[in-house]
Amino acid sequence: MAHMWHSLTGPWRALPARQRQILIWTFSIVLLLIFPLVDKMFKWGIVNDVTDVLVLVILALGLNIVVGYAGLLDLGYAAFFAIGAYTTGILTWPAHHLEWNFWIVIWGAVIVAALCGIVIGTPTLRLRGDYLAIVTLAFGEIVPVVIRNLGSVTIGVGPWRLLSDFNLTNGVQGLNPVGRPSIWGFKFSFDPTPWYYLILMIVALVIFANARLQDSRLGRAWMALREDETAADCMGVDPIRTKLLAFALGASFSGFAGAFYAAKLQAIFPELFKFNLSIMILCMVILGGMGNIKGVVIGGMLLQLFDRVILTQTTVFARSVGQALHISPLATIDLSLWRWFFFGLTMVVVMVLKPEGLFPSAARRAELHAAEEETPQPTERG
Amino acid sequence: MALLEARRISKQFGGLAALHDLDLDIEKGMIASLIGPNGAGKTTFFNMVSGIYKPTSGQVLLEGKEIGGLRPNRATAMGLGRTFQNIRLFSNMTALENVLVGMNCRLKSTWYGALLRSRSVMQEEAKARERAQELLAFVGLGGKGETLAKNLPYGLQRRLEIARALATHPKLMLLDEPTAGMNPQETVDAMALIKRVRDELGITILLIEHDMKVVMGISEYITVLDYGAKIAEGTPEQVRANPKVIEAYLGKGVAAGIRRAKQKVLAGTGSQEDGTI
Repeated sequence: MAHMWHSLTGPWRALPARQRQILIWTFSIVLLLIFPLVDKMFKWGIVNDVTDVLVLVILALGLNIVVGYAGLLDLGYAAFFAIGAYTTGILTWPAHHLEWNFWIVIWGAVIVAALCGIVIGTPTLRLRGDYLAIVTLAFGEIVPVVIRNLGSVTIGVGPWRLLSDFNLTNGVQGLNPVGRPSIWGFKFSFDPTPWYYLILMIVALVIFANARLQDSRLGRAWMALREDETAADCMGVDPIRTKLLAFALGASFSGFAGAFYAAKLQAIFPELFKFNLSIMILCMVILGGMGNIKGVVIGGMLLQLFDRVILTQTTVFARSVGQALHISPLATIDLSLWRWFFFGLTMVVVMVLKPEGLFPSAARRAELHAAEEETPQPTERG
Repeated sequence: MALLEARRISKQFGGLAALHDLDLDIEKGMIASLIGPNGAGKTTFFNMVSGIYKPTSGQVLLEGKEIGGLRPNRATAMGLGRTFQNIRLFSNMTALENVLVGMNCRLKSTWYGALLRSRSVMQEEAKARERAQELLAFVGLGGKGETLAKNLPYGLQRRLEIARALATHPKLMLLDEPTAGMNPQETVDAMALIKRVRDELGITILLIEHDMKVVMGISEYITVLDYGAKIAEGTPEQVRANPKVIEAYLGKGVAAGIRRAKQKVLAGTGSQEDGTI
């Protein structure tokens, strides 16, 4: 078997690395471009699901800048997603009589999310490690609560009322409908295909930005901070400024995702942006391999594929087995309720067997397998 | 005007005075050493000059400009480079990347520059890489640019730290025990490298060192600290002959103890009421 595999892949391995890369890239791009046609042909009906998965992939790529490159553990990243979505919602909700054009609003969402990254980052990025994680966790909890309570805003000093009972976010019910994009007279509506191509473009843009940032002066400064903050500071890297940029740029990507998601879903409410979402995005980054774009994209897709396809299919299968064998608990089982159990289990297994993720960056791999190639250290002296 | 002037600087850690009213001048173009027993305040002094600690009182001037109390990255931008007593490389980055991080504050590209990759950004990047390769070659790491820092042998890690500090384009370089943990041959090579940094690049050097062969071998000026205060300074010959220095290193107690023990043996008592020896 192994021998057969070897001879089958022989011509492939004979190709130079560069050509193999080009082939893989062309193949992936063509596949992604014709995917809606294939979907229609085979009547899978999963374009909509894939579009949602790609939204999460964008979020994972944004978080990858913060966690993977700069090494800042952010447990409240969904807050920036919420801010992006609500910026879009507020600027396009008919009751506000603004109804701005989506193509302007999406950039507005990016800018607002980035500004919020700076606002939350400025006082907190002096903290290191665990403390930052706690603050971001709190921020992630605060944002949905604030949104819930902005359904009635009153601003005034004494008897003066600047705003009285102004409904900014429509509280728990949320904003519905949200403005949809249109391009050259073509309106995006319930057909998922145009949304799919739009998100594909955003994903391409985000991957491009991620790659360029990684291989730049700023990318190196992020990595240096992750490795040793004091040493980086002494080598001229301004830690506060550099971390703020990671926060702001990471947040700005979630602005894209938020705007797109709000417009596609047509309804946004605070419940969508809970802590679970932050953890899910973090899982995507960790599973794939922190700091590696390919890893984050593939890891994120695998996790979502597992969640949306494998769990539901297994449920159907388990139920039919249960019915056939007359085991009533199995016949009514719903494995998708167990998703967090399986996520947790996956994380534990990955951390034990492959702590650097499925597709690690070279640096992470080296870091986590240090024990095997330890360089001799001298004994310390005064 | 000296390149580095410390004016009555003190550092208190709670009730402990790690440094007390220290005055120190380092002339431009010199290789100077800071020596003293463990806990004398040498590394504390380095940390204050490089901005890791803020002096409790006093001034630190580099070329007449105050740098005491500046954040480390600001001090670096003003022309201060340093290495660390325990190597602090970015161990999971390549040697070349380590040096490039050192150049960070001399490069101008911004985050949007990184996204757009304009011609000027790419030119700057290419120039930086070229310069980094030169620096690696200068310290004897030519051809090792793609090796992860942690995979370099110990002696080369020390050299890489020097290359990284050189990349910050310093006027004054602080070396904290540059030969610690090296074998005799590596020590000799490291001394030669330090001399070349001064002679070929014109960078003033202040080093902390415990190895007296190194200190006496390359320093032109030595300052001796003990208990947070300066007890002697001068050329290697002057310092070597200074009785206070001998006392600080061997200890008054030990010397006196040896004398007492001899007297006891001569008197034939043999009782041991104090455990000096």
